[in-house]
Amino acid sequence: MSAIPADTGPASTGSASTAPETVGEDVLVRVENLVKYFPVRAGGLIRRTVGQVHAVDDVSLSIPRGKTLGLVGETGSGKSTLARCVAGLIPVSSGRVIFDGRDITNLSRGAMRPVRREIQMIFQDPYSSLNPRRRIGAIIGDPFAIHKTATGAERKRAVQELMERVGLNPEHYNRFPAEFSGGQRQRIGVARALALKPKLIICDEPVSALDVSIQAQVLNLLADLQRDYGLSYLFIAHDLEVVRHVSNSVAVMYLGRIGESGPIQPVYGSPRHPYTVALLSAAPAADPDAAAARQRIILTGDVPSPIDPPSGCRFHPRCPKAEAVCGQQEPQLEARAGDAATHLTACHFPVQAGENLAAAGRSEPA
Amino acid sequence: MSITGIEVAGQEIAAGEGALDASAAKIQGRSQWQLTWRRLRRDKVAMAALVVILIMVVLALAAPVFVSITHHPPNIAYPNTGEDAAGNPVGPGTAGFWLGTDGTGRDLFIRILYGARISLFVGFVTTAIGVVAGVTVGLMAGYFGGFIDTVLARFTDAVLAFPYVVLALALAVVLGPSLIVIIGVIAFFSWAAIARIVRGQTLSIKEKEYIEAARSLGAGPFRIMFLDILPNLLAPVLVLATLYIPTAVVFEATLSYLGLGIQPPTASWGNILADAQNFYQVAWWYVIFPAAALLITTLAFNLFGDGIRDAMDPRTERAFAAGRARRRRGKRQVLANDSQSHLSHAAPYVPPAEGS
Repeated sequence: MSAIPADTGPASTGSASTAPETVGEDVLVRVENLVKYFPVRAGGLIRRTVGQVHAVDDVSLSIPRGKTLGLVGETGSGKSTLARCVAGLIPVSSGRVIFDGRDITNLSRGAMRPVRREIQMIFQDPYSSLNPRRRIGAIIGDPFAIHKTATGAERKRAVQELMERVGLNPEHYNRFPAEFSGGQRQRIGVARALALKPKLIICDEPVSALDVSIQAQVLNLLADLQRDYGLSYLFIAHDLEVVRHVSNSVAVMYLGRIGESGPIQPVYGSPRHPYTVALLSAAPAADPDAAAARQRIILTGDVPSPIDPPSGCRFHPRCPKAEAVCGQQEPQLEARAGDAATHLTACHFPVQAGENLAAAGRSEPA
Repeated sequence: MSITGIEVAGQEIAAGEGALDASAAKIQGRSQWQLTWRRLRRDKVAMAALVVILIMVVLALAAPVFVSITHHPPNIAYPNTGEDAAGNPVGPGTAGFWLGTDGTGRDLFIRILYGARISLFVGFVTTAIGVVAGVTVGLMAGYFGGFIDTVLARFTDAVLAFPYVVLALALAVVLGPSLIVIIGVIAFFSWAAIARIVRGQTLSIKEKEYIEAARSLGAGPFRIMFLDILPNLLAPVLVLATLYIPTAVVFEATLSYLGLGIQPPTASWGNILADAQNFYQVAWWYVIFPAAALLITTLAFNLFGDGIRDAMDPRTERAFAAGRARRRRGKRQVLANDSQSHLSHAAPYVPPAEGS
């Protein structure tokens, strides 16, 4: 495999140059240089903007049709903000979201309406995501009511079919959310997301609030639905094993940027970004021997404030391999020597196979 | 029902099925309102208050029936039978006047009934207007936020800051006393507190994930406000409304007492009491009965409102659940000292912090 030169080829037009190209695959969603800043306001009566939270900063990624892109990163890395930007729930500061060939960036509510049918969300908290005052039939029937696709008896039948499809008893149509367990509630959320036969479902940590045994059931349900309906998922999680289980490819976010992305095998097998390596080393292993054998990399310090992110590489203040250039120059997200063209890393000093990062971290004075 | 069967690994749904189906009839369709009603029915004070309210409403509605029984229309004076030699009112039970007569020899009982019609009508109508306006303003301010919130919330604060009795008197003087003006004035001062509470609740509810879920489905702002947020606010709004009715009744009586409300000869509890002032030394019934009607009505509404608040607060359910559990154990003849006995030490009821 030849190293890909870092310069931009004649075909790329600059703006989309950092988008991880999935050559030969049918792309459903393409996010190009997406930026989302939240203003920080201060003052009582006259509020003025005193800063910006750099929630998502120049992120590009794509989701192939019928596939799952896992998005991992710790709390505050911008995963959920990115998801809400893609779903059109919050306006984008700059950049583009291309869905199924259409630019859906910052569409008005009316223009977004037909797109809503094709992009649905499953939420993290199965308790907070279902209105406690409404019956299950009404909750799952909402999409039909809002888009006026079915009414009356037809809607009831459609809702009951959905309930059956996600493994709920259709006779529980008239129950309230409080009468269901966490796993059942998440199935209700899945049924609601399925109602309009979307092409993309954004799963925002759909199983992190569930028991492990229930997690597996919900994940298997999602996998079955993907197979049957050709769904694409943007799957957000902080559980690396869950992402490995469900995703075709993965993107690792840190402080609003993607540090590393690519297909599951190379990213998990030979991670190149020091943050990815640290993240993988922190994941609990089921096998105690394997857990004892591996090097745990403990990062020093806290995640810096996204209001004033570090210069250069965002990870450099905590990176065991950081050198002067890391604080000055932003590393490009690109394929590194020896990697597949789809395995992209944003790092000046990518980790080599067999390199002991933990030792490097210890040798560095704090 | 069996708790153990529900979430066993692998068969989350199917395992507990039998147990669930068996209890399905019991569980199904017990909505918030049914639960509230069940709890309310156990509250003896609230039920007594409800009975009093219903009696008052029936009496008010049936006022013409009593006229046909006593043959004393409300605005007809009976100088011969209804006044004694000195021209003072006659006492209860005299000459077919059940509660005596008033200063001009009219039937006090009939006039109190007609006063109840006015009082209850004003109470219900102004509360209805206040609730609709307050809920709408509060939902809009809380949900839209930003400029709309600034304008609506400051307007609400301004209305709440007014010395409302003084302003109501001024309005009644300027516009001239009439039923419409009274209703308008009272309604104008009753929506603001509801709006403020609804706004606060909306601010917290709109951050819930199910609101975001509704938005991701493409629901518009008004659908979200009235279908997703409002059902969660009905409890505090209903409690507030029940407590507002007596306030409006008293407000109407105050205005009428001051001569700026319902004008004679139309009877109102306020203007009956105002007239009674001149006779309290010679005719105790003239003061006591209308005052008692006012007191009993407002007290009943307040007690009923308190009962609804208690019944709607799920935290009080624990006390009832403990009682139920004890009774059930008694039936099954199981020893009382089992694992559930901690329920009988349920925390005492603490009124909800929000909405007050």
